[in-house]
Amino acid sequence: MSLWSIAVVLGVLFGVLTLAAALIWVERRLLALWQDRYGPNRVGPFGVLQVAADMIKIFTKQDWIPPFADKPVFVIAPAIIVVTVLLAFAVVPFAPGIVVEDLNIGILFFLGMSSLGVYSIILGGWASNNKYALLGSLRASAQMLSYEVFMGLSLMGVVVLAGSFRLSDIVEAQRGLWFAIPQLPGLILFMIAGSAESRRIPFDLPESESELVAGYHVEYSGMKFGMFFVGEYLGLILISSMITTLFLGGWLGPVLPPLAWFFIKTFALIAFFVLVRASLPRPRFDQVMSWGWKTMLPLALLNIAATGAAVLWRQGGQ
Amino acid sequence: MWSIVKTIWTVFLHAFQKRITVQYPEEGFNLPPRYRGRIILSRDPDGGERCVACYLCAVACPVDCIALQATQDETGRRYPEFFRINFSRCIFCGYCEEACPTYAIQLTPDFHMSEYNRRNLVYEKDDLLINGPGKYPGYSFWQISGVKIGGKDKGEAEREARPTDLQSLLP
Repeated sequence: MSLWSIAVVLGVLFGVLTLAAALIWVERRLLALWQDRYGPNRVGPFGVLQVAADMIKIFTKQDWIPPFADKPVFVIAPAIIVVTVLLAFAVVPFAPGIVVEDLNIGILFFLGMSSLGVYSIILGGWASNNKYALLGSLRASAQMLSYEVFMGLSLMGVVVLAGSFRLSDIVEAQRGLWFAIPQLPGLILFMIAGSAESRRIPFDLPESESELVAGYHVEYSGMKFGMFFVGEYLGLILISSMITTLFLGGWLGPVLPPLAWFFIKTFALIAFFVLVRASLPRPRFDQVMSWGWKTMLPLALLNIAATGAAVLWRQGGQ
Repeated sequence: MWSIVKTIWTVFLHAFQKRITVQYPEEGFNLPPRYRGRIILSRDPDGGERCVACYLCAVACPVDCIALQATQDETGRRYPEFFRINFSRCIFCGYCEEACPTYAIQLTPDFHMSEYNRRNLVYEKDDLLINGPGKYPGYSFWQISGVKIGGKDKGEAEREARPTDLQSLLP
């Protein structure tokens, strides 16, 4: 392992974790922007030190493990989501050469890791030994299973067009035209599936404060609770950077260095997800399920079929 | 589906709207004059205390935060010897203002009353008295009441008839 790859690993790890922490502030400011408020603007310039204040608070809070909880599982569960999401960042190509491991099955690795994340929620809800937590994790498992199905399928159009599962190849294949244009249905499907995967607000049924108190993390406190949130923010960054890589041409762009383009696109997507959170209410659980299975899955299948047909037709024409 | 897109667009447009938040300590704001804030004791237009120490405010107070002691000056004019409001108890309900027969006790739109020490929230008469008539300029209780005080005999108040002379036979 060369020095450069170690530097990349550490850089990605710290960069992504710092970004996830900063998102606490960014999300609150953006939500405030769209709700005619200011948001946190007292601690430090523009309130950026709010992150530091929140961190101090959450680290010094009492870390309570309920006596009725299944202790080892209760402790491990919040770590799983952070670990799986961070592992998924290993295949994201931030710029040419800046990627931890450019796997030739990058997309599959990403899908696998994001599926593993659901264990964190199921185990956390189960180990809490609390009916609200259990209901939340039941919902999480059902929702994530059904949205993972068409999440994978919505990406297959991109794979067909690029002819590779390797993410850097997919980015290079978008030199002429971003896949967002030929694969617009895939992009929309992946966005919906992605926000369901990261359990963000239109799809935060596992958490739903209004009915399940706090859902799967109702018994969690202190930094264990914080880990679930870091996991959620990391998931948001991951989904945004995956959309950037797969549909918006990754690091490609004029004038600015590749890394800057990647961050601009990713941040725009994060802001869009926050905007969606600010706008949309939470649907009913059965609506989420039937929407996923009866609308999104057939659309994803149609998209693959149409893409495949188009590619074959073009090859036949040669 | 279209409604979702429209919703997101509408919310996005809110980014360019005026903020509702008032940056309080830096930015001030005007409260309506009838806002129920810090309690004051007002004075007559001629500068005398309006309070006649009738205890009605202390009786009306639901949290018993008003304490006073009535006394009289040499001319027979009643006034409170001390007047104390414990603002750490006060709920700013305004019942004292409603009960007051002389418009002496009034609630003002001031609410900046934070203190580090709870005892500092007990306001004495010196702290409560202001140098003006408050919300009722021109009103002077002693000038319209039929009570005899120094410098004003019975029947000398505004719109008050002279008292009937019981010894006279004239109508």
